[in-house]
Formats: sequence, C-alpha cells, structure tokens
Amino acid sequence: MADVKLTHVKKIYSNKVEVLHDINLDIKQGEFIVFVGPSGCGKSTLLRMISGLEDISGGTLEIDGKVMNDVPPALRGIAMVFQSYALYPHMSVYDNMAFSLQIAKTSKADIDKQVRKAAEMLQLTPYLDRLPKALSGGQRQRVAIGRAIVRSPQVFLFDEPLSNLDAALRVATRMEIANLKDSMPDSTMIYVTHDQVEAMTLADRIVLLSGGNIEQVGSPLELYEHPANVFVARFIGSPAMNIVPCRIEKTGESTRVSLSSSEVVEVPIVTEASEQAKEAFFGIRPEDLSVVDSKEQGFISGEVAFVESLGEATLLHLKVKGCQDMVIAKQPGTLSSQRGDFIHLAAEPEKMHLFNDKEQSYARLG
Amino acid sequence: MEQLASALVYMVIGVSVCAFYFYGSNFLLDKLFPTKNRAVTIVARNLRITTRIRPWLFLGPAIIFLTFYLFYPVVDSIILSFYGRAGKEFVGLSNYSWLFSNDEFLESFRNNMMWLVVVPTSATFLGLVIASMTDRIWWGNIAKTLIFMPMAISFVGASVIWKFIYDYQSAGNTQIGLLNAIVVFFGGEPQNWISMPFWNNFFLMVILIWIQTGFAMVILSAALRGIPDETIEAAVLDGANGIQIFFKIMVPQIWGTIAVVWTTITILVLKVFDIVLAMTNGQWNTQVLANQMFTWMFRGGGDFGRGAVIALVIMVLVTPIMIWNIRRANQEMEGR
Amino acid sequence: MIRSSKRSPLVYLTHATVLFLVIIWTIPTAGLFISSLRDKDQLAVSGWWTALSTSTHMEVDRAEPPSNQVQESDHFVIKGNILHGKSGKISKFGYSSLHPQAYKAGEVAQIRNGQTLQVMPNGDYVLSSPTQWRGRNGKRIFYTAEIPPHFTLNNYKVVLGADGLGQSFINSLTVTIPATVIPILIAAFAAYALAWMRFPGRAILVASVVGLLVVPLQMSLIPLLKSYNWIGDLFGVSSKTYVGIWLAHTGFGLPLAIYLLRNYIVGLPSEIIESARVDGASDFDIFRKIILPLSFPALASFAIFQFLWVWNDLLVAMVFLGTSPDHMVLTGQLRQLMGSLGGNWGILTASAFITIIIPLCVFFGLQRFLVRGLLAGSVK
Repeated sequence: MADVKLTHVKKIYSNKVEVLHDINLDIKQGEFIVFVGPSGCGKSTLLRMISGLEDISGGTLEIDGKVMNDVPPALRGIAMVFQSYALYPHMSVYDNMAFSLQIAKTSKADIDKQVRKAAEMLQLTPYLDRLPKALSGGQRQRVAIGRAIVRSPQVFLFDEPLSNLDAALRVATRMEIANLKDSMPDSTMIYVTHDQVEAMTLADRIVLLSGGNIEQVGSPLELYEHPANVFVARFIGSPAMNIVPCRIEKTGESTRVSLSSSEVVEVPIVTEASEQAKEAFFGIRPEDLSVVDSKEQGFISGEVAFVESLGEATLLHLKVKGCQDMVIAKQPGTLSSQRGDFIHLAAEPEKMHLFNDKEQSYARLG
Repeated sequence: MEQLASALVYMVIGVSVCAFYFYGSNFLLDKLFPTKNRAVTIVARNLRITTRIRPWLFLGPAIIFLTFYLFYPVVDSIILSFYGRAGKEFVGLSNYSWLFSNDEFLESFRNNMMWLVVVPTSATFLGLVIASMTDRIWWGNIAKTLIFMPMAISFVGASVIWKFIYDYQSAGNTQIGLLNAIVVFFGGEPQNWISMPFWNNFFLMVILIWIQTGFAMVILSAALRGIPDETIEAAVLDGANGIQIFFKIMVPQIWGTIAVVWTTITILVLKVFDIVLAMTNGQWNTQVLANQMFTWMFRGGGDFGRGAVIALVIMVLVTPIMIWNIRRANQEMEGR
Repeated sequence: MIRSSKRSPLVYLTHATVLFLVIIWTIPTAGLFISSLRDKDQLAVSGWWTALSTSTHMEVDRAEPPSNQVQESDHFVIKGNILHGKSGKISKFGYSSLHPQAYKAGEVAQIRNGQTLQVMPNGDYVLSSPTQWRGRNGKRIFYTAEIPPHFTLNNYKVVLGADGLGQSFINSLTVTIPATVIPILIAAFAAYALAWMRFPGRAILVASVVGLLVVPLQMSLIPLLKSYNWIGDLFGVSSKTYVGIWLAHTGFGLPLAIYLLRNYIVGLPSEIIESARVDGASDFDIFRKIILPLSFPALASFAIFQFLWVWNDLLVAMVFLGTSPDHMVLTGQLRQLMGSLGGNWGILTASAFITIIIPLCVFFGLQRFLVRGLLAGSVK
C-alpha cells in the first residue's frame, strides 16, 4: 500500500551545489527505515524531499505507487515530527493536535475522537488543555508525535526527534517510538538521526548516507557484520573498526595478506587471482581482538600507548610498527596492562574484514 | 467628540477595507484555482500558480503605498528641482545656482554639519556611558526609564520645556529660567541664550541630545548585556582594570551596534525641523536645512522648485547611510 | 557584571554620577509640570523651584474701598482679609512703602489723625478712623507673608476651556488612532511575504524597504502636496482632509513597520511554519493562525512607535492638515502658542503638559514593548 520509492532522485540547490546524487531506494510498507550518516550527508534533505518541504531537482518520488514530485506536503499522506517539536506555542495541546484536521475541515466530532484517541495512546490526556510551554521536553515530543498520529498518515517522517532531549529521556522516548511502531505495523516510518545507537536499535533497515550518496542499505546487523566499504565499517560500531593497510600475497578460497606491520594474516575471504599483489585494507573491530600471551598465538603486536578504563571494558590503544593509526582493542572487564607494555593480539578469522584499494569489501564483491 | 466618533468609524472602515481586500483576494484565488478536493495533478498545478500569485497579493497594498508616498516623490523632487516656483516652467539649473549662492543655505548647511557632528556623538557617547553605569547599580532600571522618558515627548513639547529653562529676564529681575538662575546664583550675568550668536545652536542641540540619549542608552545597554561574560572574566583574570575592560574588551565587541545607533541618530538630525521652528524659526543664525525647506515650501505661496532642491540636499546627505544599510541587509539575507 | 569592583569607591562614584544624570534628565520635565500647577502671577515673578518650599514674600494689596466702611459706635471701620482666602501667615506689615515691615502682625499701627490699622497673622485687618474714610480706592497695605506651597489647576481650566486646545486634543486623537491601526495590517502581510514566501525579486524588495527607511520625509512633501491638490481639485474637495493625513502617515510609517515586523517574523522558528505546511495550511492560513498570534509583541511595539510618532508629529500635520481650528493638532497649537504668548508661562506650560501627557502614559505603560521593538529594529 504505502510503499515509498525513490528513483534517480537528485537535489541541486539554486547555487548549483548538488547535495544528493542519484538516490535509489525502495521502502516497503510497514518498514522502519533509518537514514543515518554524518552531518551534511544529505539525510535531512532527503527526508524533507519526501515530505515535500524541499523540491526534487531530478528523478521521481513515488508514494503508494503515485508520483509525488509536485504534490503539496499535505496531500502526500505523510506526517512529520520535527527535531524542535515545532509545536504551535500559542495553541493548547488539544489545538496543536487538532490543527491539521481543522484545516482539512473535518467535523468537530471526528476531530475530538481522533485527538482523544491519540492522546490516550501517548498518555497525554491530562495535558490536553495546557500550552506547550507548560510541558516537559519529553511531553512536548509526545505531543509532536500525537500531532502526526492524528492525521493517520501512510508514512511517518521523523527528523532527529530525540536530539533535543537529555540522555535518560532519549532512551525512554526511543522505546516509546519502538512501541508506537509495534502498535501500527502497517505504517511506514522513515527516521533521520546522526546517532548510530538509535539507528541500530530502531531500524528494520538502515540507509547509511555520506556525501550525498547511499553507502549501504541493510539491516543493522548486516551493516555491522558485513559492511560494504571502509566508510560503513568505521561509521557503525564504537570504537570504530581498526583499518590497517595491507598487501595481498595469495588469492583464492582464503586470502593471505601482509600487514604494513609486516605480519602475515590468513583471512577466510575469497579473492580473484587478478587481485594478486594489490594494495588493500585489512579491518578488525576492537571488540573482536583479544590479548594473548605470546607472539605466536596472535597476529599483531604493539606497544600500549594509552589505556582507557571504562569499568565494564578496557580500551587499549596500541602503537603498531608500520601503522599510522593506533590499533584499538576492547577487552571486557579491567586489565592490568600499562602504558609501555608490549602485547600481542589475536582474533577469530571469520571476524576479519578485507577491503580492496577502492575501500570496497571483498566479501560482498566475491 | 462627534469628530472623534467619525474618526473611529473611519478607522473601522479602513481596517475593514484592508481585511476585506486580503480575505477577498485570498477567497478569489482559492475559487479560481481550487486546491482542495480535486485530482492530485490539478491540485499540483493550481498550487504552483497560487504560490506564484499569492506573494503579490500580500505585498500589493504595501507596494502601492511605498511607491506613491516615498518612491515617486523622490523621482518627482528631482524633476521639480529643475522647474520654477509653481513647478510649471523649466528653469534648468537656476535653482541649484541660486542655492549655492544663497547665504541662508550656506548658513543652514554649516549649522546642519555642526548638528551632525555634535548630536550623534554626544548622544551615543552619553548613552554608552549611562548604559554601562546603570547596568551595575540596583536602581539602574529606574534610572534608565527616567533617562529614556524624553523619547516620548514631542519636539515641540521639548522645545517648550527647554525654552522655559533658557528663559531670560534682564539683569536685576528675578530669573525664572533655571539656567540663568544658576548663573546669577554663582554671581554671573544673566544671558539671552537663544539669541546668543553661534553658541545658541548648541543650546538647541542640547534639546535633541536630551531626547535621543535614552534611545542610544537602551540599545547599547542591550548590546552590552549581550557580551559574553566569559570574555570579561578572562580580562579580569588577565589583570585588566575596569576602564581597560570597558574600552578594550566591551566597546570593540559592540562596534556594530554603536554604528547603528550613530547612523540612526544622524538620519534623525538631518530631518530635524520642529525644534528650530519652535525655538527660533531660524532666526539668530540657527537655520537648518529642513526648516529652510519648509519655509520655502510656503513662503509667498510657496516655491516648489527651491524647496525641492533643498530636500534633495538632505537626500544626498542621507544616501551614504542608505547604501550602507542596504548592504548590511543584503549580507544578512545571504546569511540565511 | 564586574564583581571585583564592588567595594571600591568607584561604586559610589557610579551611583553619584547616575543620580546626577538622572536629575539633569528629569528636571526640565519636572519644572514644566510644577510650573503648570502654579498660580500664573507667581509663575512670572519667581522660579518654579521656589514653589516647593514655604517662601517669604513681600506683597502689597489694597484694602476694601471706603464705600464698604461701616460705622461702629463712634468709629468708621473697614474690615477684610488681605490674603483673600489664600493660605499663608503674615509676619509683618506696614502702611507706607517707606516702611513696609514697620509692625509685627497683631500690633496696632497708628497712621495719623487717630486712624489705625491692625493686621492679624491670618490676614484679617481692621482699619479704623474717628472720621469717615474718603476717596475711591482702598488703602494700600504692605505685608510680609510666609506662603506655603500653593498649587492650582487654574491654568488647565483656562487652557482647556479656551484657546482651542480642547479641540486640538480631539483633532490629535482623530489623526492618531486610524493612522496607527491602518498600517499594521498592510505591513504584517507584506512582512510575512518578505520573510517566508519565495518569489523572484524578494531580495530587491527587502533592500528597497531598508532604503526607504531613511528617505527624509521632506523629500515627499512637495510632490505629495502637489498630488493632493490635484486630487482635491479633481473631486472638488479640500486637499487637507483627515483621510489624506491618515494615508500619508500610513505611507510614511510603512517602511519601519515592514522592517520591524519582517525582522521579527523571519526569526520565528522555521519548523513551526513547515509543520503547518505539512498539516495542510495555506500561506493565508499560516499567516492568520500562526504568524499573527505569534507576532503580537512586534505588532504592539510598532503600534507604540507609530502612535508616538504620529501624536508628536508637527511637520506632516502642518502640510497635509493645515492650521484651521478644526484641523489644528496639539503640536501645532502648542507651537502657535509659543509664538503668540511667549511670556505667558501659565498657559504655555499647561498646554505643553497636556500635549505630552498621553505619550508619557503610553511610554510608562508599554515601555516593555517599546524597548523590544527598538531592539528588533537595531540590534541585528
């Protein structure tokens, strides 16, 4: 029913700056899609183009099978929740939620029914007569969500709805949004955030954008376990994945590479013979590394330059010979390692990643 | 009272006409290009059309007013300046040559220049000093209100107030003007301040400074409060004293606002007319451009050509500020 | 702000300086107000600052004329009160200009031929003579009196009753109210269009408004006067009408109105307007239901500006409304009074105070909005 389909969508501003290049995306009805990416990647612009607040410079946008490029926002069957809540400060909570229905000339009785239903759902009934300024941040965000629900849209659009809340409230509201999704399985939701934790916890599928391009689309675990390129690999997961330049020594069923630190590693990833002797990038997540006793047991060694004790885990920053960046290892619990210690690290072969000289993953190319 | 009632009726009519125009044009637009309950393609087309037309409906009355009352007069004044007293016969540049050989004009131009230097400088400076001092005392707000108050008084009202201060009775009589009373109290000779050549200009300027200082103070005080406390605290830690902090840390941070205050008062000074008209009507060498222009407009049935030339001189003097303002506004627009 | 200077003598200096400046700034107005409440004869002979305390005056006045004498047994007596009901206390008196303070109050002064004069401290006097009093005028009595502060509303009664000031007051209101209200709506719509609607030429229009902001009024007078005369001839009506001045003030006030309101409206959060757009509101709905209610502070501050400006204006009123009695505004009237009775401070001060009282009330009542408007217009 309410699929959203973007085909060759582009955004070019009046000053000739192209901020989105050729976006193709197919969103199925009932999906929870999260657009994530660093600031300036075009994720908010893309959402605003779907909402109709920004013009589409090229390509087509279809909602529910109809081309929506020139349709005004109100007729697209969407509702939007803004970062700053965008509540009308001079109207009560009730009037805020009723506004769109009043504009659409819905009958008073219907408006009342819809508003009360939404308020019930979001536990806002006691606050219906209050002005937004008399509400807490979390309550205001719920009113904003309620305002969207009242319109019973086919597609919900969320523009960084949690970034104005403090940390504890953010977790609580995140769970509310997840519950909201569960209670409305037929509605499609598109959610923009720069916070990867929100993306990982909420999304059915994540769309990771960077520099106006889609880097990868997939479920949260897919992005975590099988990043398509170095950018995705480093964006998802914290601390970011260690990337070490390497050279391909042997191709085939499994690939042998020599790291810039001169160690040689066997990675269980298929490579073509043509890749022989090419420059590549070896990747390993900090949490997949473990400290071992001897050089033979591990595959990489280095001197501890810095120790961060987080309580539940310890981060070791290692200076590895031949590597420009530090290699980070995340170990559970507390460790007795100190600055200056020389330690050895090992990893499960299937946790290793390998990217070609264009930073694309061999695992997905193969 | 009857007149007041009819004024109220007219006001209601005026507002209703405005409201009727805005509602009516909007209603008509919605009827001609409906955007509700139609097929999506039609709605999209109509919406494109209405978004193109609507701004001009909103702006229409304002544009008409601005054109008729401000823009067209500027153009017409330029044309009129080449015509004779009734605005009928073409006289070429003779109004201009008359102007620059006219002693009264040279006098009012000189006086206007003095006003331009003295009034904005004094009002801005006093405003800045008072703003910085009142911010530090608990009754500062009361003080500010009292100093701001003259802003509400008309120039004519202020002229009466100050004429009373400058009142002169010949020596030996009781002085009822405050200024002369003080002079006599300290053993001086009472003076007729208003007709004292050259210096009387400054006594008139005092009136405008008295009115405008409050304006400068209010704006500069807000600007001063907008300065981040950290910069001042950092200066305190760096060992700067109060005066150094004021001139080296605070003033540089509000230059922009000082410039705005300065130019606003400058524009006002160029237009000043009521004070001179009410106090001296240009006698005793106190003539200024605006008053001279007013005189020529009505003198002997009025000489529109000469009046227009004087108005143009005022316009030329304002132009640099106008250009500066427009450039500032454009930068702001680009910033969005 | 700078806490370190809290205990230094600088603080006292600051207090003293500000106090000094405040006194300088208030005294002129205070002087006007006090003077307007004084007796007009006193006003002309003593400074207004003397009116605040009990003062000692040497005065002279005439007793009741001989025609009012009554015979009491063998004496002819004239009685009365030399203060004529004014409050005050007489300390000394005399009957000749050579010795005006010769007797203390209550003493009996021997004049000549058995004539006596007695003046009591409360001003009661008794002139007594064994023979009949002659002549037409009453006898002069010199006295020295302590006169307490004395205020009267007489000046206001005179001014409001005659001299056309009452009429002018109504004329001023007639000019001001419509000239304040009409521009607001026009400006608000224009300001919204310039702030939030996208159309070609917007930047140029904004720049024009900023430019017109400083165009001197004087520029407009002659061309407009010409146009007004032409239109007046065309319809066979006078060119000096109230409608004419309302429209003129509307035109002259618009640049500031549009500028102030646009600065305010453009600062409203864009997400609120976008949210309304997503909710299906047209620009007209957005303006009416979102922008207007939220812009109330800016509308109020412009209204105050325009009110003060129109009320205090002299130039536009003189040019477009003229100086006939049913068109003369307060400022014009006051200016004319200044010229015609420069020395009559009683009437002048009372008139001046009447012209400034309304703006002062507006100022003190709505100062908050006024300041906010000033800041919106200047600090950007």
